[in-house]
Amino acid sequence: MNSDINIIGESGLQFFGKISASISHEINNVLAIINENAGLLDDFTIMADKGMPIDPKRLKNVASKILVQIRRADEIVRNMNTFSHTIDQIKADLDLRETVEFVVTLSHRFASMRGITIEIKPPENIVIISTAAFFLENLIWLCLDFAMNITGSAKTISILIEETGSGGRIRFAGLEGLTSELADTFPSDRETALLGMLKSELTVSAEEKELILYLPKLHNL
Amino acid sequence: MKILLVDDEEELVSALAERLGIRGIDAEWVISGEEALLRVKDGKFDLAVLDVKLPKLGGRKLKKILQEKCPDMKYIFMTGHGSEDDFQSISNEVGKEYYLFKPVDIDDLIKKIKEALHSH
Repeated sequence: MNSDINIIGESGLQFFGKISASISHEINNVLAIINENAGLLDDFTIMADKGMPIDPKRLKNVASKILVQIRRADEIVRNMNTFSHTIDQIKADLDLRETVEFVVTLSHRFASMRGITIEIKPPENIVIISTAAFFLENLIWLCLDFAMNITGSAKTISILIEETGSGGRIRFAGLEGLTSELADTFPSDRETALLGMLKSELTVSAEEKELILYLPKLHNL
Repeated sequence: MKILLVDDEEELVSALAERLGIRGIDAEWVISGEEALLRVKDGKFDLAVLDVKLPKLGGRKLKKILQEKCPDMKYIFMTGHGSEDDFQSISNEVGKEYYLFKPVDIDDLIKKIKEALHSH
């Protein structure tokens, strides 16, 4: 059990570090764009000082680009804040769809770098489960990260969220590259420890080309 | 001199190209490694400024392919805060002085461009 707790702790720190680094990278990109566009406005004023006419439409265009980036930064920082506060509560009632969408949002850069599209199919009814949010996000991320490595040529992952009698399930489907050899490598110790902690189960099917994560509606940590 | 800027952030690379143009530097831009490979077919570039974290075809891999196609071209890398591993491996390849962190000061970039073009 101690060993599982160590694995869960290590995995959680790695997850937090990876997502934080990705967020800081995104913020940096936004700052770089604002920097260049502010620089461009500065260049225009220098040109105007030298008597060169500047079309106001160009100024407006650059200013609106800066505003778009500020809104983008605001959204990134809001997500970062939400992610950081996920750890505040040991247990919470979660909308499974919202949780999956949030992890996918946090994973956007990783998917984009690999040229992967992620499609989410929401459940017919809202699925609420009571669980440890941060550790569930970590488990979903680990499944998604594994799935992103085995998309095959389609480069698309479908995530289906479904209600079950005992809670909910998340299906990562369309994993063209999932062979039986690869299926034997997942879940690893990290995922197994998290599955145990969250009282959840995972099936990996090379035939169906999908992973299915089963989550109970309620469990005691 | 003719410069090729490669970064998936279009708003960044287009503004940077315009600012270089104002300073008399002929800069073209593309937003992917694949587009960069197509663009070098049409024109000769003296130097490429590459984002390290390009989607699909990353900056380091792109440099390797470009080097085969255009052996005389020089390179500068730009990155948002990368990992220590990125810093070490890219510094070893192009020299740490040509590994710039975003946001980049345009005067510093132009200085590095000139240095790189005069290096052997």
